[in-house]
Amino acid sequence: MSTYNPSNPLVRWIDHRLPMFSFMNEHLTDYPTPKNLNYFWNFGSLAGIILVVMIASGITLAMHYTAHVDYAFNSVERIMRDVNFGWMIRYIHMNGAHLFFVVVFIHIFRGLYYGSYKAPREILWMLGVAILLAMMATAFMGYVLPWGQMSFWGATVITNLFSAIPLVGEDIVIWLWGAFSVDNATLNRFFALHYLMPFVIVGLVVLHLVALHRFGSNNPIGIDVKKGSQDTIPFHPYYTIKDTFGLGVFLLVFAGLVFFAPNYLGHADNYIEANPLVTPALIVPEWYFLPFYAILRAIPDKLGGVIAMFGSIAVLFILPWLDRSPVRSATYRPLFKLFFWILVLDCILLGYVGAMPAEGIWVLLGQVGTAYYFAHFLIILPLLSKLETPKPLPTSISKPVTGGAAPAAAPAE
Amino acid sequence: MRKFVIAAAVALGLAATPQIAKAAGGVDVPSQSWAFEGVFGTIDIPAAQRGLQVYKEVCASCHGLSLMAYRNLAQIGFSEEEIKALAADYTVMDGPNDDGEMFERAAIPSDRFVSPYANEQEARAINNGAYPVDLSLIIKARADGANYLYALLTGYREEAPEGVDLMPGMYYNEYYGGNQIAMPQPLYDDFVEYSDGTQATVSQMAKDVTYFLKFAAEPSHDERKQMGIKVIIFLLVFTGLAYASMKKIWADVKK
Ligand code: HEC
Ligand code: HEM
Repeated sequence: MSTYNPSNPLVRWIDHRLPMFSFMNEHLTDYPTPKNLNYFWNFGSLAGIILVVMIASGITLAMHYTAHVDYAFNSVERIMRDVNFGWMIRYIHMNGAHLFFVVVFIHIFRGLYYGSYKAPREILWMLGVAILLAMMATAFMGYVLPWGQMSFWGATVITNLFSAIPLVGEDIVIWLWGAFSVDNATLNRFFALHYLMPFVIVGLVVLHLVALHRFGSNNPIGIDVKKGSQDTIPFHPYYTIKDTFGLGVFLLVFAGLVFFAPNYLGHADNYIEANPLVTPALIVPEWYFLPFYAILRAIPDKLGGVIAMFGSIAVLFILPWLDRSPVRSATYRPLFKLFFWILVLDCILLGYVGAMPAEGIWVLLGQVGTAYYFAHFLIILPLLSKLETPKPLPTSISKPVTGGAAPAAAPAE
Repeated sequence: MRKFVIAAAVALGLAATPQIAKAAGGVDVPSQSWAFEGVFGTIDIPAAQRGLQVYKEVCASCHGLSLMAYRNLAQIGFSEEEIKALAADYTVMDGPNDDGEMFERAAIPSDRFVSPYANEQEARAINNGAYPVDLSLIIKARADGANYLYALLTGYREEAPEGVDLMPGMYYNEYYGGNQIAMPQPLYDDFVEYSDGTQATVSQMAKDVTYFLKFAAEPSHDERKQMGIKVIIFLLVFTGLAYASMKKIWADVKK
């Protein structure tokens, strides 16, 4: 990449001492990218942009927010009513969190479909799963801050899960609360951590990108591309403009929510101030937690439920070693493709079950959905890697003529 | 483009799931038509003004509206003079003064709506243990809030249907959870006298007070939608330009 030679003498002077311009040139301009990426590859850059939006809107909210049980609810209402454009900043932060999860979930399923977790991108994938976990922690603690009924009761239900840990469970919960129930101490520490976690996410995202740029993007065909070949194009202007277009579409959806349906994805009960004496009829988490909530409740035993819930993320961590097929893209794996879509339906089913009271048919559906989720990763994928015959792979993106047999996507290292 | 449509459809589908889930669990109330519905919807100002009168003359004896300041009424068309006069009807506790004493004074536009009770305990003591909630956020704090409030206010029945045992001090309402509510029917025909000549039927007053409380729950409602239209127009142009540029730039990439 040392062909970079800025014409501006000041830029040259600085770059010689601090190579930030050549760094940006290498990673944002020249960076060779497969030319066949489809729109599902837009969601990575979108996630990064939302992270910035969340931090900017969050810091602004923090300037006006009061983390105290007696004032938190009203301080958020003061933001909505008396702070200039406070309603907009708050709605941006609130709906930004929802869309952050929409975008990241699509980003993850993209990876699942095109086998982006396979060698040599295992660490890249695992960093992604770590980002998901950090996002969940951040959103959970953020949701407590407005101190509405769902804030309070959601926090109570979720923190109580830790009491399932044998022997020390109860002590851990009290330690988490900093009191004998969810109270002022809890709110304060959640605010501190909610401010901290997004910056942990930024750190993880940087590592995620370092790992990405080691081997470059995967692509819909899933074969390795040779750098500098016909198969790649420079990131700028091709993908900068494509990401800009994607951003425009995303912002249209975002603005639609913020300005015309700001509370559509939220829960009415959170506009009632927290009251430890009144339990809401149905405590439901935000939609992005619903599949996990369904898995938690599918197991009749509390500890078992907690283990299953964390297990549902843990299987994602070890996914690269569960799916041993050398072919990445589902396009060339007919059976894998079928099971991928069944998994998508299963996750939607779990999300639906998570919003329902744990009774009647919902219990059974939750258990079947949970069993299938784990079976997909622990049984079906390992078996498929052995049994399935993939379709022949093309030898390059530019020559989609099918040449030779699989596997062309051999691990690089 | 096909891939793009799929990606967009997936995104929308994901976003719609919680709503499907929610619809499966909620209580059904009949829908009314409201001027604030839709992209171009706004608060109906004459209705909200009449609604303030209903709130003041009926609801305010039991319910507070503590997140609203009198000055906020400027947004539904009251003049500064009118607001000053309206606030002055109420007294608030202020102080301490230079002698260290608390004192009462007439409310001013920057004061919050004066609550009928000193605290929740007093409210419960006066209402046989029931608590008349603060109405500032009521429209947002109930699913389908505007339709629910209208249904609640018009949903009283003189007598409970056969087989239903009303507990003492409770009233039968079709739309309240469990059908027994501690609030006596608050509205009867001609309870208030509108100065604009509108007939004060129960349903008219219920609608008007709903408009007012919709405004109280979200004083920025109209501003939000008006700004939204401008933002969407800007984004449509931006996205269109980005799309055209993308097509031009990508034209030379061989498939
Ligand atoms: C005589 C006192 C009184 C008056 C006047 C009154 N309310 Fe109430 N209201 C109550 C009480 C008491 C409750 C609590 C009911 C319960 O808990 O069963 C209540 C509850 C409510 C609720 C909450 C229902 C729910 O879903 O929890 C709403 C909304 C409401 N009132 C609106 C109004 C409006 C609007 C007016 C004016 C038109 C009004 N009230 C006039 C006493 C009153
Ligand atoms: C990963 C990025 C972030 C996510 C996913 C996130 C998520 C959330 C969520 C879900 C809420 C509750 C919104 C509501 O229902 O009202 C919230 C509230 C809040 N967040 Fe964040 N947040 C992020 C970053 C930040 C940052 C960097 C700050 C800076 C301090 C911040 C400050 C706040 C404050 C003050 C509130 C309370 C005000 C309110 O509820 O509107 N957030 N956040």
